Amino acid sequence: MHEVGALSSTAFLVSSALKVVVAFTLVLVTVAYLTLLERKVCAWMQDRLGPNRVGPKGLFQPLADGLKNILKEETLPAEVSKLFFFLAPMLSIIPALVTFAVIPVAAPLPTPWGLVDMIVADAPIGILLILALSSLGVYGIVMAGWASNNKYAFLGGMRASAQMVSYEVSLGLSLIPVFMLVGNVTLTQVVWTQQEALGLWFALPLGLSFLFFVISAFAETNRLPFDLPESEAELAAGFHTEYSAMKFSMFFITEYAHVLTTSALMATLFLGGWDIPFTNWDDMRVVAPGVVEGAAPSVLKTLATFAAFAVKTFFFVFLYIWVRWTVPRFRYDQVMHLGWKVMLPIALGYVTLMAVSILVLDAIGLEFGFVYGLILTAVNAVATVIFLWVIDRDRVISGAAARRAPRRAPTRPALVLEGEPAFGVPATEPAFVPARSE
Amino acid sequence: MSDLLWWVFASLAVGGAAGTVLGRNPVASLLSLVLTFFSLAAIYILLGAHFIGALQVMVYAGAIMVLFLFVIMLLNLGHDFRPDLRKGVWLVSGFVTTGLIFYFIWRSFAGEAGLAMGTDPVLEKAAEGGNAITVIAEPLFRDFIVAFELTGILLLVAVIGAVLLAKRRV
Repeated sequence: MHEVGALSSTAFLVSSALKVVVAFTLVLVTVAYLTLLERKVCAWMQDRLGPNRVGPKGLFQPLADGLKNILKEETLPAEVSKLFFFLAPMLSIIPALVTFAVIPVAAPLPTPWGLVDMIVADAPIGILLILALSSLGVYGIVMAGWASNNKYAFLGGMRASAQMVSYEVSLGLSLIPVFMLVGNVTLTQVVWTQQEALGLWFALPLGLSFLFFVISAFAETNRLPFDLPESEAELAAGFHTEYSAMKFSMFFITEYAHVLTTSALMATLFLGGWDIPFTNWDDMRVVAPGVVEGAAPSVLKTLATFAAFAVKTFFFVFLYIWVRWTVPRFRYDQVMHLGWKVMLPIALGYVTLMAVSILVLDAIGLEFGFVYGLILTAVNAVATVIFLWVIDRDRVISGAAARRAPRRAPTRPALVLEGEPAFGVPATEPAFVPARSE
Repeated sequence: MSDLLWWVFASLAVGGAAGTVLGRNPVASLLSLVLTFFSLAAIYILLGAHFIGALQVMVYAGAIMVLFLFVIMLLNLGHDFRPDLRKGVWLVSGFVTTGLIFYFIWRSFAGEAGLAMGTDPVLEKAAEGGNAITVIAEPLFRDFIVAFELTGILLLVAVIGAVLLAKRRV
């Protein structure tokens, strides 16, 4: 136990206000540079140069884009619902920016005035607050689609609402095993369990949860391969077709803010948050205001853990960009199929499996610690292998090639529904090509 | 500070409810209802019931209302409409409903077994201990487990019934 001293109530107010300002600025600046990062990584993957005109190596490109968007003319299409048309970008950007508040970004910082938590708001409902706010984000998109008085925008809004409701279910279910292990929903406790109580990052003992969370988070942020709400090939630009200048820019910022927040969330939930691996030098938690359990807090530790957090977060940001420029977009029925018929039942089964494993381990009286985590890791490895084996049988996300067999046969309907044997069978399999009628 | 916030959210809730009933456009009504739910959640959190507040937003504002919106848009009901009730029926049903609501409020907060308004000590202790969920989970899964499971079965039956009614050939 290390006594640092709690903040006085004035110091608490000042530090909270400071944290809000710093976090807000940091998130917005990072988001602006994420757009540049996306274009640079894309260019790198496609063997191009990317933006390189504004400033050294194109580093001022986000500033130029921002200036352009502010100075551009705002268009207002005929017969839009004005109130909702203006409200929609605001409603989508606010949840995206607020959710960062409950993520702890570093070890607590000792100051002359007392101990400062490196988290904007350590709410007792922690991650539930993030789930609640992110579920409100869909209104911005739906409202934009509806108010635009444009059928493409409208279709984009419809798709967004259906898709986000579908994947919220598996997002929530993938978190339940985490809660069962931690016994609480605050993210500070999640970090502490991973660095000290269990000694393992949850990516190992809850590997399948991790996979499901990543997939659902991609769907919730409307990033490729799940960007159906704005699929530009079919819907012009989807829900933001009619938006221009800064209002369009707000939707753009929203997308990248979601990418940043969910990346930070994945790092916190499954990669130990701000924990530095293979050392106990930084393992600490605040047990009461100003009292720390574990290692002694110091400024250096706060900086080092913040760097660890940033590295992990940017790993996931890079994953987002990497996937976007690698994987093509799903068809809409495939998105629904994956959400309701694959993710939901398997996630439910997985929650049951983990509950039973935890119950058995507790019943035989094993102490909650490293060995406990290793046994769960073994259970998970088996579950993950089974899951990947099922996925890999070409039943789930069948490409166009798998559907070639039914399309060639004139006597069968063009679209073969799931459950039909032809769904997962390669085109060369002769058994499912019916005899020609002539 | 809390009092000020309470007034803000209480007036937003009442305003949203009025907007829901008085609006001519279904989509606008629905969004007003979302505002009401959100303000209610904020009031729950002010009372110290953080978990209920989060659930209120997640389940009602975030999931059920999105489904409503989806249905309204899917059936293309997003136009202004005229009330299809006659004036007399409106008045009678309005008075009866209002009377019932005020009776329930009186039952809950006045009457003999009335509850006191304000923060619940159990919830306050839970918030201090940093675990907002145990307070809900323990009674729910220990004392009221039968009722809880029965509610689950009831909801399942409702879902199956809805699917059967909506889809003739299953």
